[in-house]
Amino acid sequence: MSDAPSLEVRDLVKHFPIHSGLLQRRTGAVKAVDGVSFAIRRGETLGLVGESGCGKSTVGKTVLKLIEPTAGRILLDGEDVTTLSPGRMWHHRRRIQTVFQDPYSSMNPRLKVGTIVGEPLENFGIASGKEKDELVAKLLQRVGMRPDAMNRFTHEFSGGQRQRLGIAKALAVNPDVIVADEPVSALDVSVQAQVLNLMIDLQDEYKLAYLFISHDLAVMRHISHRIAVMYLGRIVELTDKRTLFSLPMHPYTEALLSAAPVPDPSKKKARRVIVQGDVPSPAKPPPGCHFHTRCPYALPKCKVEVPPLIEVAPGHHVACLRRPVGASPESLTTTA
Amino acid sequence: MVAVPSDTALASGTDEAPRSLAQRIWTPIRRNPTIFAGALLLTILVSLAILAPWISPDPLKQNTINRLRPPSEKFWFGTDQFGRDNFARTLHGARVSLIVGITVAAISAVIGLALGILCGYFRRVDAIVMRIMDGIMAIPSILLAIALITLTRPGLGIVIVAIVIPEVPRVVRVVRSVVLSIRAQPYIESAIAGGTKGFKLLVRHILPNTLAPLIVQATFICAAGMLIEAGLSFLGAGVPLEIPSWGNIIAQGRSFFLRAPWCIFIPGAFLALTVLAVNLLGDGLRDRLDPRLARRM
Repeated sequence: MSDAPSLEVRDLVKHFPIHSGLLQRRTGAVKAVDGVSFAIRRGETLGLVGESGCGKSTVGKTVLKLIEPTAGRILLDGEDVTTLSPGRMWHHRRRIQTVFQDPYSSMNPRLKVGTIVGEPLENFGIASGKEKDELVAKLLQRVGMRPDAMNRFTHEFSGGQRQRLGIAKALAVNPDVIVADEPVSALDVSVQAQVLNLMIDLQDEYKLAYLFISHDLAVMRHISHRIAVMYLGRIVELTDKRTLFSLPMHPYTEALLSAAPVPDPSKKKARRVIVQGDVPSPAKPPPGCHFHTRCPYALPKCKVEVPPLIEVAPGHHVACLRRPVGASPESLTTTA
Repeated sequence: MVAVPSDTALASGTDEAPRSLAQRIWTPIRRNPTIFAGALLLTILVSLAILAPWISPDPLKQNTINRLRPPSEKFWFGTDQFGRDNFARTLHGARVSLIVGITVAAISAVIGLALGILCGYFRRVDAIVMRIMDGIMAIPSILLAIALITLTRPGLGIVIVAIVIPEVPRVVRVVRSVVLSIRAQPYIESAIAGGTKGFKLLVRHILPNTLAPLIVQATFICAAGMLIEAGLSFLGAGVPLEIPSWGNIIAQGRSFFLRAPWCIFIPGAFLALTVLAVNLLGDGLRDRLDPRLARRM
């Protein structure tokens, strides 16, 4: 295997056209993803966090080529798969698998677990018949399920168990990358921890790269190595987990962190940043920095200039016009 | 056994104890009384229709002495204006109705399923086929049947064709909408991400989910087909008069309605009963065919 990252995305753009009027002419576009770049190495988890509607799931689906990107490049182990037709993409699907958000609807209710988990094995000609059943049994054990689960229907299992089945299915073809789109947000907190720990164990064992999409900062903190914060289709901050939680540089990240509940309410938060208003529509994003309409520190130039994602410290990328290179977070309040 | 994390994931569903024969028969009936009622009624009607030549006299035999007799021990359902036995005619009429209903339902279900999946799956075919279907739906079925029958010789086959043509678009619409909604399901994306493609995706993931609504629709069409056949025969544009069908019997009894109401009421009641039986069965099957619904009931 080369040194190339397991998954790399460069300037990914996905616009959904809006058609309206009698002739269904194209009148605009929802800019769900508007220039997103990141790379994930083997054995690494990149968390993608943001409010609902910010385009994180679209990034996941586009990377999986379940929807076609409008522009940008997607590289799997250094190989460009961006413009591959569905038929040609099929050869690469073994390398990138997915765990879906909703364990209730992401499995065909008419099929037995063995069929669902074993389907990728069958599809890629890895195993069939008895051999397939044996492999499925091993996979089920690996994710903490009894092998006899394969003769049951998915509706016989709880949410956490179903998510384990989803993980087993994703693991079946021995992928390099797993895109996990809110894999635990439908689960109880105690079950969330079990599933997350299972994912971490599997990552260590198989050196998997995870693109982990979630809106939950506590979950992110548990599983991610690096975290990218998205706002209205763009990454506003990308850094390692520790830096993000201790020294957030983008005003939006700050607001996001201060909005997250703290387990111990007696511990006072350092600074509370309250953002006013709602997220603007991605069909009509504000010009310049997308966040300027709600940013407490916005400058006049924020309305005009699009802030580039700049590396302000090693491995710490921020897209904010107020952040000169090497700026410390304290400079924010002093210049305000 | 391999060491596994000790948590709730190990808990599995309740084990079902082996059941006795009586339980195995009784439980499904108790769970699905509608299926049972519909199936029982339909079985009786179908066996009566099949056995008609052996359990009843000749439906065409005229007996002018016994004209328009009310139901009695000798003539269970009375007689018509030619003294023909209405019991025999009604049973033979059941054959026509059931053949028409079942054939119409089967043919329109097969054609409609094929076209519906094509439309739901291939967006380009969709625009063309659906406009044609809209066109066909605009034709009144009774008028189309009358036109077809005037152009050809009247017979059972042409009646079936005439009823199938306007029913096909209804099936296509149902199947297409189901395919479209299934295509948007996360499990389809999940299957695609898992490398399932083409024909297998269609047969394993999409087709089985269209069957339940298709069966429900087919039962409605079966019932509608029987009603339209009766209507056509009543208007004289259906099955030839020498074949006793419920529509024909009602049409002939119409002129003697006040003197011999049994000529109309009895075949009418049979028609209503058959339609009811088919619809009950369809409703019950729909619930039964969905594994999630079936467990709950």
